Amino acid sequence: MNDTPLLQVQNLKQYFPIRAGVLRKIVDWVKAVDGVSFEVSPGETLGVVGESGCGKSTLGMSIMRLYEPTEGKVFFQGQEISSLQSSQLKNIRRDIQMIFQDPFTSLDPRMHVGPIIEEGMKVHHLASLPEIRRRALDLLEKVGLGAEYFSRYPHEFSGGQRQRIGIARALALSPRLIVADEPVSSLDVSVRSQILNLLKDLKKEYQLTYIFISHDLAVVRQVCNRVMVMYLGKVVEIAEGEVFFSTPYHPYSVALISAVPVPDPDYEVKRIILSGDVPSPINPPEGCRFHTRCPVAQEICQQVEPVLEQKEKNHWVACHFPGSLSYKGQ
Amino acid sequence: MKENTPLLQVQDLKVYFYTEEKEELRAVDGVSFYLKEGETIALVGESGCGKSVTSLAILRLIDSDGKIQGGKIILRGRDLLSLSEKEMREIRGRDISMIFQEPSSALNPVYTVGDQIMEAIILHQKLPRPQARKAAEEALRLVGIPEARKRLDEYPHELSGGMKQRAMIAMALSCHPKVLIADEPTTSLDVTIQAQILELIAELQHRLNMGVILITHDLGVVAGMAERVVIMYAGKVVEEGSRWDIFHHSFHPYTWGLLHSIPRLDIKQEKLAIIPGAVPDPLNFPSGCRFRNRCPLADELCLTEPQWREIESQHYVYCHHYSQVEVLKTRGFER
Ligand SMILES: Nc1ncnc2c1ncn2[C@@H]1O[C@H](COP(=O)(O)OP(=O)(O)OP(=O)(O)O)[C@@H](O)[C@H]1O
Ligand SMILES: Nc1ncnc2c1ncn2[C@@H]1O[C@H](COP(=O)(O)OP(=O)(O)OP(=O)(O)O)[C@@H](O)[C@H]1O
Ligand code: SF4
Ligand SMILES: [Mg+2]
Ligand SMILES: [Mg+2]
Repeated sequence: MNDTPLLQVQNLKQYFPIRAGVLRKIVDWVKAVDGVSFEVSPGETLGVVGESGCGKSTLGMSIMRLYEPTEGKVFFQGQEISSLQSSQLKNIRRDIQMIFQDPFTSLDPRMHVGPIIEEGMKVHHLASLPEIRRRALDLLEKVGLGAEYFSRYPHEFSGGQRQRIGIARALALSPRLIVADEPVSSLDVSVRSQILNLLKDLKKEYQLTYIFISHDLAVVRQVCNRVMVMYLGKVVEIAEGEVFFSTPYHPYSVALISAVPVPDPDYEVKRIILSGDVPSPINPPEGCRFHTRCPVAQEICQQVEPVLEQKEKNHWVACHFPGSLSYKGQ
Repeated sequence: MKENTPLLQVQDLKVYFYTEEKEELRAVDGVSFYLKEGETIALVGESGCGKSVTSLAILRLIDSDGKIQGGKIILRGRDLLSLSEKEMREIRGRDISMIFQEPSSALNPVYTVGDQIMEAIILHQKLPRPQARKAAEEALRLVGIPEARKRLDEYPHELSGGMKQRAMIAMALSCHPKVLIADEPTTSLDVTIQAQILELIAELQHRLNMGVILITHDLGVVAGMAERVVIMYAGKVVEEGSRWDIFHHSFHPYTWGLLHSIPRLDIKQEKLAIIPGAVPDPLNFPSGCRFRNRCPLADELCLTEPQWREIESQHYVYCHHYSQVEVLKTRGFER
């Protein structure tokens, strides 16, 4: 690992227009990602967690430039990619690959598995055709499927196998960074650990860096070095994995960790039940966006938005009263 | 021993579906379990193992392409499979209620929340409208919906996900059923909302002394909620026991594998155990033990059907080699 970040994200905003009326005029904005900054070091796995709608997938898509960011900058290996013209994006599309949640819709049902894996290599003229074929077969082997699957259609595969195909396709271009968006959420419980172990093994073998988007904190603990928590389009905490799970600072992180059911009847935890629902990202609350549900909120939280600050080395939190809530003890 | 007779008994239930090509899909193939008054049991298993079909069969709500091919469903001494459709309608909602994973499948978008809850109350309790409205309001209050009276006149789309789930629970509980079947009631919800809903179900279960059948694939939820656990695999029950038996002392290799392969929040696991392969195609279940092509303990004996054995008091397992499951501790799950 060296110190220059592989990816730098600065004050990234991604808003979606809400249109209404016959003229489809823009009446408001969904502030899906609203001023997010972080860095990813080479070789690490950064977990991005948070509840449905907090902007995790949108963040991933904006980094990939599948959306035009509303504001902010993204640097990959020091080069700003957020301002590149789409014609200049080709190389970036090789270096950053995405794995999607739903292996059922992310594969073209009319194509054989082999050509699905070969397609990107052909588009980028990475090698001669026989060499591309050889690599595709090799990748099938690597993801645990085997060459005999080359001429089959995606529908002949189970969910776990399809996710393996998606992984092979992402690896084909020898990317540096993989954005994995809920890669195991749609899989059977007994198959999830197969895919998680595979992702870990491949990371070592190909020296990959992952941004691992997931709402499942138990999974994140097992695969990520660092964790970044989002709430309503904002980052509320960033910390090293084990530090995060043992001493989370943000009240939302604490509530989130405490709410995860643990498969052990003897496990005891002070469960913090948050009242109410997540507010809408169209009109997020003033001040701290979490104050409407926060068990330790004070008056200042309604008025002043807390900024993301480094409280300890590499431990960032955006809260006026960090560390004042705990899920441990009675 | 009177209070020990189960409230609900499912005995050797078989539900088969028939494809257009007339193939037989044995979705539920000899499932038995019981539920006592006021207890919570969990029905656990992976996608397609037959959990929902089992619960729909209890309410006799199987689609026309499926058929209950055998077994008994005994509610307080009465076999529900022998009742007429008219008698069955009385049972649904009054004695046994169900809540689903997707509230949208239970709530009709064109009627107000109040009208939908009142419908069940009017049907089962034969109350006039004004009283039914009061009872509906009370039901919404019971599930913790603020401004219950106002909500009665709202439509489902005006409620958030967690709120819809609460409304559906209110509807299911409005007639104080003896049995509540909760089919993945929190799977589509966020964890902080899941925690709210699970707490609500546990509290209502206690207050109304209901028997609850909780269907889930999340063993974390099971550990926190269920007194007894029924593990299903490919249309069969493979293990049944107290929560303690299952989590600390499981005997079926599948249960064992599941427990060791799931990522846990409370510890850092260096390498997750793996159950090789995938769930079998329901049209081509393996003969004998249906888990055998993924099982590290399988041998020729497993080509034949295992027996359903009680190995400890109230702890049952369906496996030829249950006594060797300890081996997996040292050997792991790879074959
Ligand atoms: N293309 C789009 N147009 C308009 N709104 C969008 C679009 N994509 C996402 N949103 C909205 O932006 C917000 C963030 O969505 P996003 O999909 O990024 O959340 P998420 O954290 O990935 O959630 P989940 O865990 O459910 O996948 C949501 O309110 C969503 O409705
Ligand atoms: N109406 C139907 N017609 C044909 N097959 C069906 C029908 N309903 C269910 N099945 C089949 O029966 C089997 C059991 O399905 P069931 O819905 O009970 O699974 P489950 O355990 O509830 O899974 P999940 O966790 O995905 O909800 C599956 O193979 C399914 O495809
Ligand atoms: S800033 Fe205030 S409201 Fe926000 S999380 Fe911290 S204590 Fe709670
Ligand atoms: Mg998403
Ligand atoms: Mg189901």
